[in-house]
Amino acid sequence: METLKCSGLGKRYGSTRVFENLNLELEGGHIVGLLGPNGSGKTTLIKLCCGLLTPDAGEIKIGGEKIGPKSKAITSYLPERMALAEWMTAAQAMDYYADFFEDFSRSSATEMIHSLGLDENQSIKTMSKGTKEKLQLILTMSRKAKLYLLDEPIGGVDPATRDYILNTIINNYNPEATVLISTHLISDVEQVLDQVIFLREGKIILQSDVDDLRMERGKSIDEIFREEFRC
Amino acid sequence: MEWNFRNDLPIYTQLMEQLSRAIVSGELLPGAKLPSVRDMAMDAGVNPNTVQRALADLEREGLVFSQRTSGRYVTDDEALIGERKEAMAEEIARQFVDSISSLGLDKEEIIKVIERVRGK
Repeated sequence: METLKCSGLGKRYGSTRVFENLNLELEGGHIVGLLGPNGSGKTTLIKLCCGLLTPDAGEIKIGGEKIGPKSKAITSYLPERMALAEWMTAAQAMDYYADFFEDFSRSSATEMIHSLGLDENQSIKTMSKGTKEKLQLILTMSRKAKLYLLDEPIGGVDPATRDYILNTIINNYNPEATVLISTHLISDVEQVLDQVIFLREGKIILQSDVDDLRMERGKSIDEIFREEFRC
Repeated sequence: MEWNFRNDLPIYTQLMEQLSRAIVSGELLPGAKLPSVRDMAMDAGVNPNTVQRALADLEREGLVFSQRTSGRYVTDDEALIGERKEAMAEEIARQFVDSISSLGLDKEEIIKVIERVRGK
């Protein structure tokens, strides 16, 4: 069964059409790049998959479940912005995740917090932008989910942290789970991906195995992206 | 291991090339146990499916083999490793000869250059 299946998906914001009849299937066991320029619909697609937005048409199923409590129990979402209350400390944020998500592993979160040099007792409001991003990623990846939706996970972090984050994603790899990463920092992530989706104006213009694409075109995914989306 | 990847070529062929090189050079000894797919993926910073694909292809070529329960190993067939070493050396030499011949050097001159650079 597909980990994620979108059928005939439609979404508008007022008179602006984002998706019309979008179809997408993702199998388990892949790390997939969701690539597209600003405004192509990456964040909207992710928000639809985690139930933060409702489609106007069509249907999304995650692990065979319609969007709802059962799908949310197996979907781990990393928002683009800080979504935790700023008064919380890292430890309280872990309590919060442990309360909400049965599949949250406190021990793996604690281990990552220490290896990245974060302080469990620091409150989120006093953290730097990069530290906040690290904390959110740690919480997201410490769930044993079937589908990880990472919206721009490496946007605001330094190169060493970026490597740690990518390693965390590799280490967390599980043949049953799919990781969908939206980003425009393609050259930073392309070695970690095994599939890519190119999104343009709400349409999937390409979905392919990454190495097959390199073989076919003799170019990096970053270069292919630049060609496809030349302004 | 030290890994180096170019993004304009498939990663799995580069993994195969670098692993083959480690095997023929003796950095990975005949019969040596290879790290797990996950550990190799972490070490190289690449997708585990890509590592899996590279190892499966090396297995088809006979350079590595897997034992159902205990993991993957470098072949202990030293004749096969020797053949592969020769093939890789010839490929490198062919590229070198093509490249240096385009400067207009003949065989004697090419050999002289090699001797100068390598030391006799």
